[in-house]
Amino acid sequence: MNTNLFRRRNILSLFIIVFLYIAVQLMSNLGIIDSYIMLNLIIIGINIILAVSLNLITGFTGQFSLGHAAFMSIGAYASAIATTKLEQPFIVGILMAAVSAAVAGVIIGIPTLRLKGDYLAIATLGFGEIVRIIGLNVDYVGGATGLNDIPQYTNWTWIYFMVIATVLIIKNFINSYHGRACIAIKEDEIAAEAMGVNTTYYKVLAFTIGALFAGIAGALYANYFYFIKPDSFGFMKSIDILVIVVFGGMGSILGSIAGAVVLSIISAFLQSIPELRMVVYAVILFLIMVYRPNGLLGKFDLKDLKLFRKGGKVNAGIKGE
Amino acid sequence: MMIELINVNVYYGIIHALKGISFHIDEGEIVTIIGANGAGKTTTLKAISGIQRIKSGSIMFNGKDISKSSATDIVGLGISHVPEGRRIFSNMTVMENLEMGAFLRKDKAEIKKDFNKVFELFPRLLERKNQLAGTLSGGEQQMLAIGRGLMSKPKLLLLDEPSMGLAPIVVKEIFEIIKDINKEGTTILLVEQNANMALQTADRAYIIRNGEIDIEGRAEDLLKDETVRKAYLGG
Ligand SMILES: Nc1ncnc2c1ncn2[C@@H]1O[C@H](COP(=O)(O)OP(=O)(O)OP(=O)(O)O)[C@@H](O)[C@H]1O
Ligand SMILES: [Mg+2]
Repeated sequence: MNTNLFRRRNILSLFIIVFLYIAVQLMSNLGIIDSYIMLNLIIIGINIILAVSLNLITGFTGQFSLGHAAFMSIGAYASAIATTKLEQPFIVGILMAAVSAAVAGVIIGIPTLRLKGDYLAIATLGFGEIVRIIGLNVDYVGGATGLNDIPQYTNWTWIYFMVIATVLIIKNFINSYHGRACIAIKEDEIAAEAMGVNTTYYKVLAFTIGALFAGIAGALYANYFYFIKPDSFGFMKSIDILVIVVFGGMGSILGSIAGAVVLSIISAFLQSIPELRMVVYAVILFLIMVYRPNGLLGKFDLKDLKLFRKGGKVNAGIKGE
Repeated sequence: MMIELINVNVYYGIIHALKGISFHIDEGEIVTIIGANGAGKTTTLKAISGIQRIKSGSIMFNGKDISKSSATDIVGLGISHVPEGRRIFSNMTVMENLEMGAFLRKDKAEIKKDFNKVFELFPRLLERKNQLAGTLSGGEQQMLAIGRGLMSKPKLLLLDEPSMGLAPIVVKEIFEIIKDINKEGTTILLVEQNANMALQTADRAYIIRNGEIDIEGRAEDLLKDETVRKAYLGG
């Protein structure tokens, strides 16, 4: 009975997924969706992938990262190199983006995830800056001027199915045995350890999966906009992604999707006045903190994040209650 | 001997928290460690469960030195740590908390039986099976913490101040259940501030002071001991 219901729901979701794809594709063919709307759909898609993947790290596993854009950057450059310099098809670019970002996730995750709260935030922020500065100084990828003439492969089909894949994979991960371990770490790291959860392993795992999808978002970005430069993926981009996650709700996938849609649209309207955009973002964050501390659709409280917790419950070990 | 600590030293930076602690627990016993705030009780439990690295010494569990094992391996070997302050997963349900307790186990059928055992011990948890753990009362949260600790099927259960912040009647209830758990075959190391209750429950006791074992003996003897009464039992 119960499983039947789920099956029926699955079929319904599949139907909606396919319908939405065909509908937009048709409207785009007929010119009802013009290139400006398509541009924004692509941006929304990229932002959904970024937000959902950061939510896995920050919202579900409780690891505060301020360097998510750096993984996007690594993915963008990897795909740009693969498709431009090595003249490989897009799928190779995407795979290279995913793998290089994931490898970077492991390498940066193992030392930094031993740090807690604010220290982790600073370390990931530093990592983001290092990636940016490396990009600025390596001539092979164009230094500060960036990489040009990247073939435009990203289209509605790629974006749509990458978003679906990201959401489904991360959602399944969270609902799995391993996902439960990540949530336990976020809830109480010491208790998770006492249950036998290998906390370092799971933190690095969540970080790596998050990085992998951010890398894919980078590939989709690079192969849509023809042109990338290190400054496109700076600290402010990481903050943008974090704002989407907080706005949508920590620990809510649906929240991240909704957050990406709403904030991308607001951004689009404010594009011509970038200063105002930051003000509006600040106001939105402020209102969310005051009126909906769990975010638009979030289950967990912002205060649950170690960074916002007074007295560092975890730092003090079992004792410091 | 089920577990034996030999000359264990633990430092937090420059703080020398455990200064060459040695003690042992035999299979089937309830042993209590009592002592004032900051004496090193929690540190002792953290050292055993692998949450805190030790600087020197050894911890032998069923003949194997576990002092360098990871916390994960130690749970797998059969030691379960119910931490001070309960530390339940508040945004998970009661059931999900218990499932986390069985995290390393793969024997699905046995796990199911152990859920039932926990619910027999704590009927109140059964009634609140799908309630968010954070909304439980303090006593219920302590029950959940113990139940969660039992779900790893431990041979040795480490309990850190189960009486903390609970009304006397609830404390009594919990200590009765601790005795029941012991009767069913689980060896127990009980850390307590509530020396009176702990000594009434335990077979043997160690009194720890400034990171050193100060006094040891049979619990009933210590209950009558003049110096112990003065220092720990309020006269
Ligand atoms: N994470 C830590 N960092 C630094 N010092 C610590 C840490 N944890 C404990 N200590 C110190 O180690 C000593 C022993 O602490 P411990 O928590 O073992 O005491 P306790 O006997 O459990 O006390 P209580 O009854 O108050 O829980 C104390 O001096 C304490 O300040
Ligand atoms: Mg203590």
